[in-house]
Amino acid sequence: MKIAVTSTGKTLDSQVDPRFGRAACFIIIDTETMDFNVIENENAAAAGGAGISSAKTVIDSGAGAVLTGNCGPNAERTLSAAGLKLYTKVTGTVAEAVELFKSGKLAEAFGPNVEPHFGTDK
Amino acid sequence: MPDGFVIAIASGKGGTGKTTIATNLAHYLAGLGKKVQYLDCDVEEPNGHIFLKPKIDVSEAVTVDVPQVDLKRCTGCGKCGEICQYSAIICIKENVLTFEQLCHSCGGCMRVCPADAIRLKPLNIGDIEFGKAGEINFVHGRLRIGHVRTPSLIKEVKKHIKQDCLAIIDVPPGTSCPVVEAVKGTDFVLLVTEPTPFGLNDLKLAVDLVRKMKLPFAVVINRYDIGNEEVEKYCEAENIDVIMKLPDDRRIAEAYSTGRIIVDVLSEYRKEFSELHEYIKNAKAGIDDKKRLRVRRKNNS
Repeated sequence: MKIAVTSTGKTLDSQVDPRFGRAACFIIIDTETMDFNVIENENAAAAGGAGISSAKTVIDSGAGAVLTGNCGPNAERTLSAAGLKLYTKVTGTVAEAVELFKSGKLAEAFGPNVEPHFGTDK
Repeated sequence: MPDGFVIAIASGKGGTGKTTIATNLAHYLAGLGKKVQYLDCDVEEPNGHIFLKPKIDVSEAVTVDVPQVDLKRCTGCGKCGEICQYSAIICIKENVLTFEQLCHSCGGCMRVCPADAIRLKPLNIGDIEFGKAGEINFVHGRLRIGHVRTPSLIKEVKKHIKQDCLAIIDVPPGTSCPVVEAVKGTDFVLLVTEPTPFGLNDLKLAVDLVRKMKLPFAVVINRYDIGNEEVEKYCEAENIDVIMKLPDDRRIAEAYSTGRIIVDVLSEYRKEFSELHEYIKNAKAGIDDKKRLRVRRKNNS
């Protein structure tokens, strides 16, 4: 399955970006083949609505799950409307996060874990 | 003071004393028998009422229009989400989500919808309260918690400016959209600052703003004996009038902290406000002359 991981950089060694809406990049990765592509997040510096626009980007990428640090209510609402599974409080490198996901060690989040604007200016 | 004049009390930096100047000026002028109106446009955190202590007798809710989607009509084409610049409406698969608080009420989504599935519904963003503070006609806006449509509410508050009064507008701090909305169309802007590097930095931003908006303005320096002389040097170099200097007087801070009006408790400061009044009166006369000149030129041409 294809999953999206928020990333501070463009490789699998990059750290998971703790922000969802304003993450530097989204790494869209196939968990079977480990093939991936990088989407630079043009909403990282958006004035507002970053979470919603980023959710749209991830949904359009065809990912079925999102691994990130923190996710606010607007992004969470958008992702869940599209039926994506959400995993928050993920840390470490992107590769480590994918391994944790594959081994079933991540717990699915059923709601936002932070307030709106949590990742602004951070 | 002549009637029908609108003064905005603004500042780049917050906490410089806008409300202190605005409420004291209103109170002082009302004491002289002038018809005064005080409008608190710092709607995110209005505090003029703490000092003027008005008796509020009318309150009205302010609403803005936000989209409501009829999912029976919606075809899921996604055009509404594409046009929205604020992600306030978004089409996810066959589902349309709206985020009302992000909406700026442009109506774009409604116009591009080919299925006529979008209607407008009112969203309550805040309230305007009206009352009397002694002889002062008091108006203030209060933005509801969690709402961000500050300029929309300020615009509504300003619709209540009385033409037969000297209207004093308490402007929010900064130089962003709410400030632009609050100073727009006023006759004169007083920029309150403090003689510190922060005060100077933000004063420069505020001066750029009022110059761009072509509004006549002057500067008030509060807590005059702290900091350095850079603010005064800047004003001199830029040919900006500094029309009032309030000292860093502990008694002013004490009066402020107990919600009292300085000109009542410390009568020696009446002189400062009297001079401020004189300056504004002259400024108004100058502006009126220019207006008359413009009208005459227009009639002659």
